[in-house]
Amino acid sequence: MRNEKTTEEVALGIRRRVFEHSMRNNGGYLSQACSAGEQLAWLYNEELKLGAPTLPMIPKDFAGVPSAENTEYHTGAGYNGPAAPEFDRLFIAPAHYALVAYATLIEVGRMAPEGLEMFNKDGSSVEMIGAEHSPGMEVHNGTLGIGLSTGAGLAYGRRLKGDAGRTWVFMSDGEVQEGQTWEAVQAAAHHGIDNLYAIMDVNDQQCDGAMDSVMEVGDIKTKFQNFGAACIEIDGHDLNAMRDAVNEKHDGKPLIILARTNPFHSMPILEERFPRLHYVRFKSEDERARMNESIAKDLGVDPIDYAH
Amino acid sequence: MVEMVSRPYASAFEKFAAGNKDILCLSADLTSSCEIDGFRDRHPEQFMSMGMAEQNMLSFAGGLGLAGFRPFIHTFGVFMYRRPYDQLMASIAYPRRKVRLMGFLPGVTTPGGMTHQSIEDISVMRSIPNMTILETGDATEVESICEAADSIDGPVWCRVLRGSVPRLFDTPIKVGEIRELSSGDDILVVTSGICTEEAMRARSALQKAGLSIRHLHLHTIKPFDSKALLDHISSVKHGVVTLENHVTEGGIGSLVAETMADAGVGKRLVRLGLKDTYAHGGSRPYLMRYYGLDATAMVRGIEDLMGQEFGITESDLDTARVEDVHSLVKAEAL
Repeated sequence: MRNEKTTEEVALGIRRRVFEHSMRNNGGYLSQACSAGEQLAWLYNEELKLGAPTLPMIPKDFAGVPSAENTEYHTGAGYNGPAAPEFDRLFIAPAHYALVAYATLIEVGRMAPEGLEMFNKDGSSVEMIGAEHSPGMEVHNGTLGIGLSTGAGLAYGRRLKGDAGRTWVFMSDGEVQEGQTWEAVQAAAHHGIDNLYAIMDVNDQQCDGAMDSVMEVGDIKTKFQNFGAACIEIDGHDLNAMRDAVNEKHDGKPLIILARTNPFHSMPILEERFPRLHYVRFKSEDERARMNESIAKDLGVDPIDYAH
Repeated sequence: MVEMVSRPYASAFEKFAAGNKDILCLSADLTSSCEIDGFRDRHPEQFMSMGMAEQNMLSFAGGLGLAGFRPFIHTFGVFMYRRPYDQLMASIAYPRRKVRLMGFLPGVTTPGGMTHQSIEDISVMRSIPNMTILETGDATEVESICEAADSIDGPVWCRVLRGSVPRLFDTPIKVGEIRELSSGDDILVVTSGICTEEAMRARSALQKAGLSIRHLHLHTIKPFDSKALLDHISSVKHGVVTLENHVTEGGIGSLVAETMADAGVGKRLVRLGLKDTYAHGGSRPYLMRYYGLDATAMVRGIEDLMGQEFGITESDLDTARVEDVHSLVKAEAL
């Protein structure tokens, strides 16, 4: 399944949707759309081999958590198509990027725009922090740092079964502060899990602010390589760089693509909020109005009429 | 003498798992300590060394479960939930992955002290939705733990005994059933794990003193058949005594207390086990005596409940040979 749009158009569409949503709701994960737009657009629009969605375009309401009694339970993975051997799988390891991921599903025709209206509404499956029943999600990743390990286990299991499909993990750089990330890399290297791929949004931001001010992580490319991964660093807004990076040879090793990004890319006015970009909630009506005007202009749309 | 079985898990796991390609054996640097070294050597294609990295191991096992495998994780129980509790919740318990958590050295069965002794694991596991809890009390239960755990559609926490293990029972674990080891009507004794053998020793001495004891052994702690337990409680005159290799909060003592309270049962309950305390390093007999987990503790608990002393000495308990108990078990309940 391939979208009609170019990947550049998908990235722009993701940002427009996240922008509109954030304006209407007086805040949102705007900066993540700035940094990760190209990565998610590229994955869904070009790189991932996915089947047609198996779940309704308009997401179903929350239908209960997994239990022995909840026999109808299913995850949101069906928005990425069936879990067939030949298809790729994707985990959004930082589940806080859910708003951006949902916007991506809409842009590539895997979810209806109405899905985003259900975001963070009581009783909805389109949760603020992506749950495993949320559209496009297959596992819980809201506790940061567990995604790559789960991906490694799935990739190893799929290799044992002879599946051709790859396992991809979209990661965030804050996760390198968690010890589990390094445990995952060493295990993937030790067991030669080279059907495991990660692309990491290296935007140098985390909840408390700029990563260097919260906990310095040093040269993560060298660290990943020393832990046994193949690791390549690119400009995360350069689609051609992504296309090249995935061809990096990595026999017997997981491939980790570090996508260096700008947390205000395409919305420069957000720099006013630096270094608190994790969740942008407008501080005043004046700020909201100024950002509305400025970002709308940057994205080539009319300002959002959020009063209605 | 009671039969002592050497390393029952080693042969049982190999017999169960070898050749079943959906089962993977994971180990966190405690391979011979968990008696799977032979399996590793003879079935390397089913073995995964995960190193001393339990957080990754648990999420990784969740990923294997997602891929359709049934991983058996082997390490000391304490290392499988304290540090990687978050991973246990998010990657295994919530999504009901068929991960079999084989926790060795339960409670005070290790001289390793606080860092090695899982004294509150049952309490933790009981409060995790979707979790099943099994505990082994003899060699037969160790030999049947793999089949029992693998019959569960979801994650399973197992307390597994290793090394030289007595054989008390001759039927395998049937998940959800309660073993009725004796059927008296004065007092109900409920035990699990290594404490069952201790209670058998106490029971033998107390029965000689004229007390009629109904003794239940629990290998399935969650899910739990409260109706069956209530029937047993209503069959005894005086009350219930529990004994467990675990803190008395959240384990089988709490399980019995909750069952009684929910049903409005007005009988007395004496809960024996680790009394809101950590243990320390030492031999198993020393620790069981020091912390009140042995046959003597059971006798004192029953005396407390009955409000009378039976004049049973330590030497009476020493001479209450388990082989007598063993034949009783066979005659009555199996």
